[in-house]
Amino acid sequence: MVATPAHVLDPLASLGNEEVLRIRNDFPILQQTVNGKPLIYLDSGATSQNPLSVIEAEQEFYEQRNSAVHRGAHYLAVEATESFEDARSTVAAFIGAEWDEVIWTSNATEGLNLLSYSFLNASLPGADPEAARFGLSAGDEIVVTEMEHHANLIPWQQLAQRTGAVVRYIPVDDHGVLDLEEAARIIGGRTKVLAFAHASNVVGTINPVTALVALARAVGALVVLDACQSAPHMPLDVKALDVDFAVLSGHKMLAPTGIGVLYGKSALLNAMPPFLTGGSMITTVTMEKAAFLPAPQRFEAGTQKISQAIALASAVNYLTETGIDRIHEWEMVLGRRLVEGLSGIPGVRVVGPAAGIERIGLAAFDVDGVHAHDVGQYLDNQGIAVRVGHHCAQPLHRRLGLTATTRASTYLYNTTDDVDALIQAVAGVRGFFGA
Amino acid sequence: MSLEQLYQQIILDHSKSRHGDGLTMVEAPEGATKGQSHQLNPTCGDEITVRVAVQGGRVSQLRWDGAGCSISMASASVLTDLAEGLEVAEFTHIIDTFRDMLRSRGKITADPEVLGDAAAFEGVARYVARVKCAMISWVAAEDALAQAVAGQQN
Repeated sequence: MVATPAHVLDPLASLGNEEVLRIRNDFPILQQTVNGKPLIYLDSGATSQNPLSVIEAEQEFYEQRNSAVHRGAHYLAVEATESFEDARSTVAAFIGAEWDEVIWTSNATEGLNLLSYSFLNASLPGADPEAARFGLSAGDEIVVTEMEHHANLIPWQQLAQRTGAVVRYIPVDDHGVLDLEEAARIIGGRTKVLAFAHASNVVGTINPVTALVALARAVGALVVLDACQSAPHMPLDVKALDVDFAVLSGHKMLAPTGIGVLYGKSALLNAMPPFLTGGSMITTVTMEKAAFLPAPQRFEAGTQKISQAIALASAVNYLTETGIDRIHEWEMVLGRRLVEGLSGIPGVRVVGPAAGIERIGLAAFDVDGVHAHDVGQYLDNQGIAVRVGHHCAQPLHRRLGLTATTRASTYLYNTTDDVDALIQAVAGVRGFFGA
Repeated sequence: MSLEQLYQQIILDHSKSRHGDGLTMVEAPEGATKGQSHQLNPTCGDEITVRVAVQGGRVSQLRWDGAGCSISMASASVLTDLAEGLEVAEFTHIIDTFRDMLRSRGKITADPEVLGDAAAFEGVARYVARVKCAMISWVAAEDALAQAVAGQQN
């Protein structure tokens, strides 16, 4: 009989504190104390922690199979290539994609830059006619939202500057929710690209992908989904959502840093000009020119992030075994508790959707009279790790009338006690600083 | 190290009751030159603008405007109290001493003889992420001072 993974009590039941504490035992880093207090890690929105199985998967690769992939005929090369490609299939299945629609990147930022530079290459004089649909010229529009992370903003600004295109913004309301009526007015005949976050890393809003994709489809625009804050926390099916491209960040979903994913529809990837060129992405090379392999190799020049990709697949297996639906459900519980608890503290304003409206399991907040850095320092003194600052979303903060906020973000290893400890600690902040 | 050692009472007091806050300067007397510098901490979005007036080799006035954490605001306030009336060379020496202390990771003990109330920022040196908070107004002052001094020489 195959043993059930230690942390899974009943895969059908909802996650609860008891099981979450077992899950936490799988994470070595969460067993420590900070400033004499047990570490309460509420910064998974920035970087999540690795279960031992993921750390071991990477170590095992280096101990047993380390070799370059897609070259060499020896045993290790074959083993490494198989593991690397198995990892791709595992991650592809996790997001509802085919194996050849998953491109490894260093992170989500690289995935978005890959896209924007490929589009730029398609915009240059003499570009392959087959790539014309990716090209932009003066007057074309790239539509993003006011809530984007800088990673899904600056690459598009740069592309616009280089092509004469214009970046337009779908506005958010005071609660950080997209204005869909305005979106319908903005997305029009000039729109070539629509790029937006599935879930906001600041306000926690889950955006209506289907409605936005429909608007883009009506005008023939390409859709790019930033799934960094959704894929780790809720079921993601890129085919069901019908997006053209999506990016994921490994270190936000229990994997190490240095690995991310760019998903693209197969037909699009194989028509799109490559970004990085060099070894491993070619078929025939002459002194004058080169022909390129189909995706995914087409976009994977040079030696790849092999151990990290294998570790990401291990992380995905951990999420799947625990149940991404159950994780999502649990984090909704934690998110509601966060919002309700923090909102009840005098002088604390939670940004984002009001209590009761769906959000991922994070909350960014402002403490009246106390700067976010001071809030973070106070919490750190109690062993509580949170993120402070603008969370790489300056335009959104400006829109909400803030320069910096404190953000608590949960994951599958957080209990309601963690949330309660944070709320209790935040309640003491204004007193300490005399605000 | 306790939170109270980082946030000494002097810092908490200055962060609430800020000296020199507001860029309106008293009409500079004949022979005074001014400099102004704007500094930004991109990690948190904090920013500050410092204006310095120099007359006869002394800092005649320092004013600032900014938004930031308690450490950055208190630091600008303490800086204002220290700077006014100092000879340019004395002020530069204090800025250097403050910077060395903050960058020492706690190895250099603050000298209250030189730093006055700014010695209260000693604890900040142990929090690498906060050194810039304490330093930002001083960097702006150093830059503004250099401009004002250059103006004197012209």
